[in-house]
Amino acid sequence: MSSFNVYICGVGGQGVGLLAAALAQAADRAGLKVISCDTHGLAQRGGVVSSHVRMGEDALTPLVPEGGADLVLALERLEALRGAAQYLKKGGKVFYYDTAYQPVSVRRAEAAYPSVEDVEKAVKELGGTAAPVRAAVRDPRMQNAALLGRLAAEGAVPGLAAGVMEEILREIAPAASLEENLAIFRAAAKP
Amino acid sequence: MLSLSELTVKKEGFSALVMGNHALARAMAEAGTMVITSYPGSPTPEIAEALQAPPEAARAYRFEFAVNEKVALEIAAGAAVNGHPAAVFFKSVGLNVAADSLIQLPLMELAGGLVVILGDDPGANSSQNEQDNRWFARMGYFPVFEPASPAEVYVMYKEAAARARELRAPVLLRLTTHVCHAREKVNFGPLPTAAPDWTPRFDAKAGPYVPITSAVFPLKKRALEKLDRWAAYVEKTPLNAVHNAAAGGRRLGAISAGLPALCLLEAVRTAGAQVDVLKLGLSYPLPAGLITEFLRSHDEVYVLEELDRVMETEVKALAYDRGLACRLHARRDHHELMGETSPERARAALNEVWPEQFPAPVKRAAVLPAARLPQMCPGCGHRSAFHAIKAALPPGAITVGDIGCHSLGFLPPYNMGEILLSMGHSVSTAAGLALGNAARKVVAFVGDSTFFHAGLPGVVNAAARDSDITLVLLDNGTTAMTGHQPRPGNGELGERLSLPEVLKSLGVKFLRECDAYEQGKLAGFMKEAMEHKGFAVVIARHPCMLKFMRDRRHAGAAVKTQHVEVDQGKCARHYTCAADFACPSFIRHPDGSVTVNPELCIGDGSCIQTCPAKAIGRGK
Repeated sequence: MSSFNVYICGVGGQGVGLLAAALAQAADRAGLKVISCDTHGLAQRGGVVSSHVRMGEDALTPLVPEGGADLVLALERLEALRGAAQYLKKGGKVFYYDTAYQPVSVRRAEAAYPSVEDVEKAVKELGGTAAPVRAAVRDPRMQNAALLGRLAAEGAVPGLAAGVMEEILREIAPAASLEENLAIFRAAAKP
Repeated sequence: MLSLSELTVKKEGFSALVMGNHALARAMAEAGTMVITSYPGSPTPEIAEALQAPPEAARAYRFEFAVNEKVALEIAAGAAVNGHPAAVFFKSVGLNVAADSLIQLPLMELAGGLVVILGDDPGANSSQNEQDNRWFARMGYFPVFEPASPAEVYVMYKEAAARARELRAPVLLRLTTHVCHAREKVNFGPLPTAAPDWTPRFDAKAGPYVPITSAVFPLKKRALEKLDRWAAYVEKTPLNAVHNAAAGGRRLGAISAGLPALCLLEAVRTAGAQVDVLKLGLSYPLPAGLITEFLRSHDEVYVLEELDRVMETEVKALAYDRGLACRLHARRDHHELMGETSPERARAALNEVWPEQFPAPVKRAAVLPAARLPQMCPGCGHRSAFHAIKAALPPGAITVGDIGCHSLGFLPPYNMGEILLSMGHSVSTAAGLALGNAARKVVAFVGDSTFFHAGLPGVVNAAARDSDITLVLLDNGTTAMTGHQPRPGNGELGERLSLPEVLKSLGVKFLRECDAYEQGKLAGFMKEAMEHKGFAVVIARHPCMLKFMRDRRHAGAAVKTQHVEVDQGKCARHYTCAADFACPSFIRHPDGSVTVNPELCIGDGSCIQTCPAKAIGRGK
């Protein structure tokens, strides 16, 4: 029984669903059996948003089990920590775009916001590794392309080559910002 | 990759990785469904997104959003009695709104057939409860299809539509959140080649269609006979099937339907358990013959379902009636009647009865970081309105919320709208709170889409009674929460309606209106309204800024966003901006300073007036 499970999370409005759709379409294009799912609703308004992508013959249902993610992708630092704490499998990897959106509790000085080191340490304790991704982007909605680019360069999803991911990015990105997105995707390969 | 605008109009068959809601839209087109209606509500809005993607001229169907679920259902029913295949979709609790007409449909001869699609929400991901709408099928004599995945949504809709037409009857297609939003590869067929036949075929003689006194009984008899025909159908449909895994020795089995059945199958396979699974695609009427045979051929059977004990009760009754010796198991405590089923939950449930087959669940002890509650977007007019109104309220005031983005006002730091029942309830619940109450002011909130959806009767009542309450109508000009569907009168759907004119014509005497960003003016209006003896309405309007910014971007307007900035020399660290007004754009640093996150600030400037130290200004 095997499947490769990816848990993707971030804050409502960041494009978590789009990132998941791109990854799922790329996996399908690469000939992998894939089932995925978005979870939203109320959360789309600045709350936690997550998507699940499962690859392999044995995944019949769309949600990644808690503690069952081979890969956690996050578009925000605090959410990287939450995603890893809930979903990361021992030996799994976390890639996250390193931007910080403070929740109300932090702005009200009722809770602390984690540093890059906090995330690294917590993920290490879970038996995994965490890598922040940063890029020079004009529009925060392009942070997706940077994360996808790093994923492609690292070969983080078995059976999913960088070329297929770039092909899907070309089909998904809006025409007006396609060249910019591709440049970010390619530049992200170098940490 | 297939574009969404091709999905329902591409003539040939194709395969694509699609979400359940999109697979459903294609199935409607392939089935030749002619009239489709809806009121937006999670988890179903993407069905409409796909149906509306191609230009109207290219569609073989008519799609309409209606003012509420009841109106949507009635339009679809009207089309169906006219001989046109029809479908209607809405969220779980939308059924409550539609129920008055929905309950009548099995009594009617629906020549075109009607599929009623329910977006049920186990886990209450985006609803005010997790009501189990399978009960309604029992009350109204509806058959229920329960697809478990996008591919099954596609197959079952087509089957449901065909059988509905054949039996001239309504059918329930019950989806759940993670069936609607799951994505998988689906193999689609071609569209019908014949053009839709719009000949109006309503025939009063095919009825009767007026269920009054003695006419009810022949109609009810006919509905029950149709249910018998469904009962025969569920025994032979391949949608109900046994997946064998049991070996020799003690014969174990499990019965389930919909997504929980897939969870069960995954749990069985992961554990390598020797348990046969009877998976039901058509869960009502229950296939009594198939289940009897399954119970006879097994020593023990677990009935695994999600939410209420619906199937469990019926399977137990069946076993009793037939005198079957099979030992029946089911979920044990209240906790198991709540939330969604997952393969892990299925495994944990089965571990309790068959520990040798299923491993015990492993508890994960992870420390979670700060919670992130949903909040209103940067620039949202509701935030500005709540900030102003909160300051104007006298101590002890009771605030009644309603459904929409502004429901989030009940969360800290606003704590506004502290009771919520259903769509449009706020005016009347407030009127009740005000009865015999001279001590505490009562303020109700309602959004503009909800006002038209179900708020109107409450407003008419409050105006006629002159209820001593203040209603704040938060008008953002759209149905924002579910993705900006048009509402009547906002200019996108029908003639533009003036809310003040509508209210005046309903008999509202005290009426004030301002932009929600005008916080001083709004606070003044609120004080005046609360002092007014009787029904008072204050309209706080501001366009949904999420929609405004998106429309501006799509129009290709080259507008540079002028973010606000905090003058560090003037900032006196009151934290009104970050903690009380609480726009997500503000960052409170560990050293105590406050800055603005340019990734989030949209440059609306509604925060500038909130700073006691006047430290917020527009950037250069």
